[in-house]
Amino acid sequence: MSITHDEIKKIAHLARIKITEEEADATLKKLSGILNLIEDMKKVDTTNIAPMSHAQAVTQRLREDVVTEKNQREKLQKIAPEVSKGLYIVPQVIE
Amino acid sequence: MSWEVVIGIETHVQLQTKTKIFSGASTEFGAEPNTQACLLSVAFPGTLPVLNDEVVQCAIKFGLATNAEIASRSIFARKNYFYPDLPKGYQISQYEIPIVGKGSLEIEVGDIKKRVRITRAHLEEDAGKSLHGVVKNGTGIDLNRAGTPLLEIVSEPDMSSAAEAVAYAKKLHELVRWIGICDGNMQEGSFRCDINVSVKPKGSDKLGTRREIKNLNSFKFIEQAIHYETQWQIEMLEEGKIIQQATVLFNPETAETRAMRSKEEANDYRYFPDPDLLPLEIPDEKISEIKAAMIELPHLMKARLERDYQLSPYDASGITSDKAVADYFFATLKEGAEPKQIANWILGQLFSKLNEHNLSIEDSPIKPQVLSLLLKRIQDATISNNSAKQLFEKLWMSPSLEIDALIEIEGLKQVSDSGLIEKMIDEVLKNNQAMVDEYRSGKEKAFNALVGQIMKASKGKANPGQVNDLLKKKLS
Amino acid sequence: MEDWGIKEISNLLRENKISSLEITTHYLQQIKQKNPEINAFITVDETRTLAQAKLADERIQKGEGDIFTGIPIAQTDIFCAEDWLTSCGSKMLHNFVAPYDATVVKQFNDVGAVNLGKTNMDEFAMGSSNETSYFGAVKNPWDLTRVPGGSSGGSAAAIAARMCPGATATDTGGSIRQPASLCGLTGLKPTYGLVSRYGMIAFASSLDQAGPMAKSSEDCAMMMNVMAGYDVKDSTSIDHKKEDYTKNIDQPIDGLKIGLPKEFFAEGLDHNVAKVIESAIDQYKKLGATIVDVSLPNTNLSIPVYYVLAPAEASSNLSRYDGVRFGYRTNQYDDLMDMYCKTRQEGFGDEVKRRILIGTYVLSAGYYDAYYLKAQQIRHLISEDFKKAFQVCDVIMGPTAPSTAFKANEKIDDPVTMYLQDIFTISTNLAGLPGMSIPAGSVNELPVGLQIIGNYFSEGLMLNVAHQFQKMTDWHKAVPQGLLS
Repeated sequence: MSITHDEIKKIAHLARIKITEEEADATLKKLSGILNLIEDMKKVDTTNIAPMSHAQAVTQRLREDVVTEKNQREKLQKIAPEVSKGLYIVPQVIE
Repeated sequence: MSWEVVIGIETHVQLQTKTKIFSGASTEFGAEPNTQACLLSVAFPGTLPVLNDEVVQCAIKFGLATNAEIASRSIFARKNYFYPDLPKGYQISQYEIPIVGKGSLEIEVGDIKKRVRITRAHLEEDAGKSLHGVVKNGTGIDLNRAGTPLLEIVSEPDMSSAAEAVAYAKKLHELVRWIGICDGNMQEGSFRCDINVSVKPKGSDKLGTRREIKNLNSFKFIEQAIHYETQWQIEMLEEGKIIQQATVLFNPETAETRAMRSKEEANDYRYFPDPDLLPLEIPDEKISEIKAAMIELPHLMKARLERDYQLSPYDASGITSDKAVADYFFATLKEGAEPKQIANWILGQLFSKLNEHNLSIEDSPIKPQVLSLLLKRIQDATISNNSAKQLFEKLWMSPSLEIDALIEIEGLKQVSDSGLIEKMIDEVLKNNQAMVDEYRSGKEKAFNALVGQIMKASKGKANPGQVNDLLKKKLS
Repeated sequence: MEDWGIKEISNLLRENKISSLEITTHYLQQIKQKNPEINAFITVDETRTLAQAKLADERIQKGEGDIFTGIPIAQTDIFCAEDWLTSCGSKMLHNFVAPYDATVVKQFNDVGAVNLGKTNMDEFAMGSSNETSYFGAVKNPWDLTRVPGGSSGGSAAAIAARMCPGATATDTGGSIRQPASLCGLTGLKPTYGLVSRYGMIAFASSLDQAGPMAKSSEDCAMMMNVMAGYDVKDSTSIDHKKEDYTKNIDQPIDGLKIGLPKEFFAEGLDHNVAKVIESAIDQYKKLGATIVDVSLPNTNLSIPVYYVLAPAEASSNLSRYDGVRFGYRTNQYDDLMDMYCKTRQEGFGDEVKRRILIGTYVLSAGYYDAYYLKAQQIRHLISEDFKKAFQVCDVIMGPTAPSTAFKANEKIDDPVTMYLQDIFTISTNLAGLPGMSIPAGSVNELPVGLQIIGNYFSEGLMLNVAHQFQKMTDWHKAVPQGLLS
């Protein structure tokens, strides 16, 4: 399986990482090497093998519906890049 | 050519819990921005989700109420996309295996009943809110809502008119409020619908391309949006144009729909099982426990009201439209009033008063005990129906007044002494010989005129039934 | 001061022979002296550290001390520690002062341990050489031209250079064990779910596990007593009965069945390293252990499986770094999209970006089944291999890393070669099993680690097995030349 220059640019955009043409080329080389390594999986027959998402076969624990969190706005927003009137500010979003 | 419209609805129901789906932050509406945005809501590095039990119980209740399959094992997945009000860069949702599977809901449009199939209902977290115009050239992000639990209920495309779609939405709205999993507050966004609309030539098997109208939070908007969208699609097709699949927004001011600025790429959400959350297993005992504790569902209660209390289907459905109304009905019934009469008064007098004052039945100044006593006074012939209506007005203004005392003060007590009534009849007959003659010559109308005279003579206090009976006897 | 371990310091503190302030001051001086060259610490805050030491001394004086009270250790920078810079080795978080404590940090605070500072690491724990940190590469105290291993290379180098007696570390594919091996230390990656992940900055959530790193097995056991435990804040934390890991550490191990997987001694393994491992196994035979051959046939597949699953999870875990609520935001941008893309371009280093891209790719439409699902299926097979092996043995042994510490810059431009560093360690992460590395010898004066893999929740046995070896040998006491002052 090979990946193309355009695909690199597409996934970089999907991942919201700016990438120049040269970077895309350099990345292409390195990713191709890694993807080749990954190709080894293809040789394995995994018919009827259940996928394993978690290290152990345990199930989700549930939390009681009780308020435990206090207002920490000031503390949490102290390290925010841009806030105003208690809101996090980003460049204008157009729908 | 004539066209057929096909409608499916995805409803986001905000679950009525104290805390968020994955954290102990409050879900109360209307707090100052970001004061309910805890570490997890803001997606601080290192924070982890822990599922709220109440959320699971709400989903199970919904599954039971729609006769749906409840998954003994369901999975939470991540839906990945970037948006400023989505702090983690992914939304935790259920994808491949939702908690609630196939179910259904019966709707009524006019006299026609129809079963709408429900494809699935899954749990997910809400996003925050983007606020425009707070700062110049910027958007403000409030994450109080981020992580609020939602149940997304997906219907099959089983509806074929705006009326059916509205009936479905209303029925669903009634149901989620009835079973107590959602406050149903549509202004606050607790119940929002995405409507998928497509049209196809009548009789065709092939579905048309659908457009999805996003985020409708009123039944009126649902109706208007579907009307506009259907018309628009038909016009396009009749002009020979092709419908593009799209997400559209409804503008309540113009009652029109328009496509959203097309996202510059097709979404690729890269769903995968959330490694921070383990499979959710629901033991059968948990389902049976919830089932045992669940209140009677509205359609079952409706049938019981018709069967046990001989209510008309119309009245029974009015009483079961809302849990609070049904509670009011049964509370009044407990006090001894007669069921049919209670239903009449709730759906008539009481509802019109509540509407006039924009009140919910829980906030009615007239409590079930008072209404019941009032109705009992009609039953035992102390007062007439008309007098009761007058009293109702008085009681609405001053609910603490004592009914029996009020009847005395207002002099509304009915005269049921037959001797007294006979005397009045004799008096009226003597003074209205012409009418008596007309009646005897076959003019039935004259009888009513005589009754009117007698009632007038009694200043409205004579028991009308007795007046009728005695007058008939006298004239025969 | 002597080259004490955690156990000795604990005894001396309890016997009032030294104070926490004295021992803490000693380590702070060591850091001041050696860190400029080694670069093992990202953040040191003497004032706060000394205040903690004073408080610990008061606790001890009042007789309220725990066995760990007053012991200075270092925290890896992957753990959020309230009011401490918590950078995770990244420019993205170069200004992130955490507003809360990770559970592990809280556990150490609660017992009165003293935090010497935050140790350097590969950016977001992605790397095997500690060369990807935004705060600069860490050097191996055994040879400053070589890497200390990664990703917890800062913790390893700090202990090896005697700047602290122990440190926390995390392991997603070998990040505790490989640096322990390359720096001559004892490191334990516990069973997945035994130590809370709350407040530990996520790399690959289904594989990440924190553990202790120290000179000896006894010291690791003492740290485990603090770190292990069920945490309601982490859904994947396991409600396992609290154990005392020091309790059975002195038990004899005769009759122990050691499984040797032939796949761990295959091509790719440096033959000198192989010799060290073989002689360590001989040592165990002398201790009464018996050797059984086992097979882990899918070992080679653990690398491709890992390099699908870990980047996939990471690509999603790292989406929260978007310049909106905390951390780095680019200075100049035209609009929201531009802000996202530049923030993430500038805020992440090359290796992190590479892994985000791989992860995004393998999860994207059309590739999920071929990559992600397939990898999860093979993960299952790998886990089954271990199950079978543990039917015939108590622990599995082999090398931790295929070679000793390699030269700085040697592999940094060749990700595939770098990834092969983890060939022997990754499979335990995939299976969720505990793994350990202990110093077992040296090649050209560079340490070699022996890996011990145990069954689920057999940390007690593993620490015991390691301790018995350390009673017979001095490898864990070896000090890099010229460093002990």
